[in-house]
Amino acid sequence: MPRGRQPVPLPIGMLAGAGAAFFVLPLIGLILRAPWANLWPDLTAPESLLALRLSLVASLSATALALLLGLPLAWIYARVVFPGRNLLRALTTLPMVLPPVVGGVALLMAFGRRGLLGQVLDTAFGIRLPFTTAGAVLAETFVAMPFLVLTVEAGLRSMDRRYEDAARTLGAGRWTVLRRVTLPLVAPSLFAGAVLCWARALGEFGATITFAGNFPGRTQTLPLAVYLALETRPEAAILLSLVLLAASLVVLVALRDRWLGSA
Amino acid sequence: MTAFVPIRRSSVVAVGLVAAACGSPGPVSSSPAAPSPVTVSAAASLTAAFQSLGSAVGQVNPPLLAEYNFAGSPTLVAQIQQGAPVDVFASADQPNMQKLVDGGLVIGSPRAFATNRLQIVVAAGNPKGITGLADLVRPGLVVVLCGPAVPCGRYATQALQKAGVRVVPASQETDVKAVVSKVALGEADAGIVYVTDVKAGGATVQGIAIPDHQNVVATYPIAVVKAASHGRAAQAFVDFVLSAQGQRILASFGFGGP
Repeated sequence: MPRGRQPVPLPIGMLAGAGAAFFVLPLIGLILRAPWANLWPDLTAPESLLALRLSLVASLSATALALLLGLPLAWIYARVVFPGRNLLRALTTLPMVLPPVVGGVALLMAFGRRGLLGQVLDTAFGIRLPFTTAGAVLAETFVAMPFLVLTVEAGLRSMDRRYEDAARTLGAGRWTVLRRVTLPLVAPSLFAGAVLCWARALGEFGATITFAGNFPGRTQTLPLAVYLALETRPEAAILLSLVLLAASLVVLVALRDRWLGSA
Repeated sequence: MTAFVPIRRSSVVAVGLVAAACGSPGPVSSSPAAPSPVTVSAAASLTAAFQSLGSAVGQVNPPLLAEYNFAGSPTLVAQIQQGAPVDVFASADQPNMQKLVDGGLVIGSPRAFATNRLQIVVAAGNPKGITGLADLVRPGLVVVLCGPAVPCGRYATQALQKAGVRVVPASQETDVKAVVSKVALGEADAGIVYVTDVKAGGATVQGIAIPDHQNVVATYPIAVVKAASHGRAAQAFVDFVLSAQGQRILASFGFGGP
């Protein structure tokens, strides 16, 4: 197929340009306004390092939790037909469109000290999730896991199931098929889903501040630190935002090139 | 049919944004009776009082229409510093107002219009039996405070210092309303907030008084923002806040006089 330059109709070109500028301009603004001279001192300030470390720990834990719970969920969605499957899928992907603050309130109703399950956890085991790092991980998982589930489900649906059948006819047990055939075949979407999930968890703000609160080193992740620094140290806020931006951009560009089909 | 609704709405929003961005008085003053909208950025602790004030300014002559932007004072300062189209700024403390004064971003010197005091907020019925600041160190008690950048956080720290109490909060919330809601939801056992917030918190919470020698009096300053696009209306709003009627409304929400 010839892929020569297609003439772009002027109105489409102009609107597309405006659309692109809409996203690029804020980035340029951040980069131009960033006090680069303070880069090192601001990023290595104790509160920045604390937030950076917590963000890494929380977002990686959230991704691990999402893999543990989301992978089986994606498999069920892709392979098992049961009544209410579409409704359940819609419910479990709701956090993608829900305002994260609403998600945070909903989490309080479920896992808060007076929440449906939280009450039991507190009275029976003395476990309280709000205001803890575990709570921050939970909030991030809630918002980010749908990205993993949807990506892996799509991968499972698009794979050629005849490989699984062939393995089974050759005498492989269900676990062997899953481990040696299914998972390697969906590995690209598994990886893409995990990375998308991680990036979303890294940027999570609303559900975290609502459910887990804000305390340095415990629940104050990078996005929360950015929000608070904006009030006291705006320059540091810009630099911290750039760290988040750079991480997300690397993820998206890498995914686009390797797994989501390059243009 | 329904498909048209969002489209319509978004076009109205777009027009509104353009008008706001240009600061154009055109569409607003086309009808002489239409009150000029004054954009007021006010500290979160002023929410209920200013909303009530807002319905009262509609009755003054000429009528005013106030639109509010409530948040923690530092957030509001950051927004104004970044050029948010704000006409009036009401801060919960002097230092945040001073940032705008230092930046030459307000007209004249700010006027004090209200005072507020601190209280301990607990769940209604005071299930943990808290009687004063000294009780807040009790082990197992979940205490939330405002963050150190927010006025109520700084005042709370001062009060705790005066009482000789060292409290490690479970969370440093970004504004005073978040502290009240954490207590109202039962996630926290106690917080330190303004008297007015306890009052606004309704039946789910109650206040425990902090004696005068430990308490902190917060003074609220107000000023017209230099970049105000409705300067005259903005000044009229400030005048109303300082008037006898404005002060009566503030007092009914628990605020003290300046």
